[in-house]
Amino acid sequence: MGMIFDGIKQAFLLLIHGDPQVLKIAWLSLLVSGSATVCSLCVGIPLGAVLGLSRFPGRRFVASLINTGMGLPPVVVGLVVSIFLWRNGPLGILHIMYTPAAMVIAQFIIAMPIVAGFTMAATQQLDPKLRLQILSLGASRVQLVWILLKEARLPLLAAIMAGFGAIISEVGASMMVGGNIMGQTRVLTTAIVGENSKGEFAYAIALSIILMALVFLVNFILTMVQQRAKAR
Amino acid sequence: MSQAQTGAEPIVEAKDLTVAYGGQKVLDVPAFQVYDNEVLGIIGPNGSGKTTLLLCLTRLIKPQTGVVFYRGVPVLDSKSVLRLHRKLAVVFQESLLLNSSVWDNLTAGLRLRHVGAGEIKARAEKWLERFGIAALARRQARTLSSGEAKRTSLARAFALQPEVLYLDEPFTALDGPTRQALLEDFKGVLGETKVTTVIVTHDRNEALALTDRVAVIMNGHIAQIGTPAEVFSSPANEEIASFVEAGNIIHGVVGAQSGGLASIKVGEHHIEAVSELPVGSKVILLLPYDDITIFMPSSATMTTSARNRFPGEVVRMFPIGSQVRVTINCGFPLTALITRKSAEELGLKEGTRVVAMVKAVSIHVIGRH
Repeated sequence: MGMIFDGIKQAFLLLIHGDPQVLKIAWLSLLVSGSATVCSLCVGIPLGAVLGLSRFPGRRFVASLINTGMGLPPVVVGLVVSIFLWRNGPLGILHIMYTPAAMVIAQFIIAMPIVAGFTMAATQQLDPKLRLQILSLGASRVQLVWILLKEARLPLLAAIMAGFGAIISEVGASMMVGGNIMGQTRVLTTAIVGENSKGEFAYAIALSIILMALVFLVNFILTMVQQRAKAR
Repeated sequence: MSQAQTGAEPIVEAKDLTVAYGGQKVLDVPAFQVYDNEVLGIIGPNGSGKTTLLLCLTRLIKPQTGVVFYRGVPVLDSKSVLRLHRKLAVVFQESLLLNSSVWDNLTAGLRLRHVGAGEIKARAEKWLERFGIAALARRQARTLSSGEAKRTSLARAFALQPEVLYLDEPFTALDGPTRQALLEDFKGVLGETKVTTVIVTHDRNEALALTDRVAVIMNGHIAQIGTPAEVFSSPANEEIASFVEAGNIIHGVVGAQSGGLASIKVGEHHIEAVSELPVGSKVILLLPYDDITIFMPSSATMTTSARNRFPGEVVRMFPIGSQVRVTINCGFPLTALITRKSAEELGLKEGTRVVAMVKAVSIHVIGRH
């Protein structure tokens, strides 16, 4: 019990004193996972919208790939991205192995299918006749998709929360492609694993509290937006 | 209506429309016209293709074959489809409002059509007012009752000031009093705006009250097209007659013919009706429910011009609003629609012996081929 108490105390001390090391780790977590979330929204929402709203040969197959992707094990993603970015790998020439960029790529691969899957489900549950109604109001194809996405805004915000939640808390892929290098690629989750293996439980607990506070803060903001969207 | 007869240019015209779902042809309409300023009804049973025809005319779906012309110009590519959409308005059975405020719903289409801000405000205010929902402008659409939502949906359509207004069973999902009040408002607005209107309905009263012309669609084909009076009193065939519920449908054979007055054999009975069909022709008789008069046997001896008198027994009484549907067994079943008051005055109940009368001129004779 004392250990947990110590951990909480230390977390507060680290936060209050604004420990630069901790702040840097937390900031990098937010930056990497934030960037990966934004990228996955840019690809996942259009992809999910196309899968949810249109009919084309092979749609079901792609949809089942996306649904499978929603449960992609991060370590498998880490392995595949490592193979590609490895010095002798197909993309080795980019020299981004063990950089935040590599972590963004891995996290993007984890979050994108989640965002696409949620978007697909959100757009599919819209009344199909609503589409005809919007077209009859005078919407072009692009305007139609935009209006439909606005109609599905509540589940879409859930998609953002699910995507961000999956990668901010992910450790396997970040460890494998980032390497947990202090000051460069160390994020909250990889740091917790590191501190834990060193027996620095108090420090690990402190980082865990910060991680959870961060996740809570982001989801709190998104929930506020979502519920305001509902009330509006 | 008059234009339909004088051969004026139609505003909307469709040629050789066919639509098939999974190899099954659901619509086959070689030619269809909508004329300026008319209110055209499309009626037919469920699944007959009414809605599919409306979706083709509006080009909200693309027919497998055929072309829709708008003011003589074929609507082919997606650009011209968009231009077409921006000239029309559609109201569906479900109100299909956007998940935002009533005001947003009224203005969304106007914004898509690049109408100026001042004009948008003026039109939205006008039509909210006209449909009695000005107080609801700030309300969220999903908090509206079904009647309020339908009013919003209609106000949204009229605010677009469409050149052609399409309605797909707009009043079907509403309860009686809500529906009646809205129908009256809607009729008033139609009269004021004189907008060219195509209304899909399966309610004959709606069709009678609103339309100038009615197209009956059966199994994907246009079975008859004409004024409501023509369609409801002279259905082209038995299928239409039974759909429009115009009256009793009785099969018979012309037994005698004397100068346009045919005596038609129905089992052991004879019914006189106006028809030139020769003796031996198989016919279907249509005896409109409200053209059948019921007398008590004691008073039925009095002189009347009605050629047909059928003594019988009341077998069923079914009240509908202020009216009662009385079915009499005269050797064949005959249903009459009379007022509740008449039924009370005659003291009608199941088992009462009565005489049903119908004038020969009230009977519509359809030849069977």
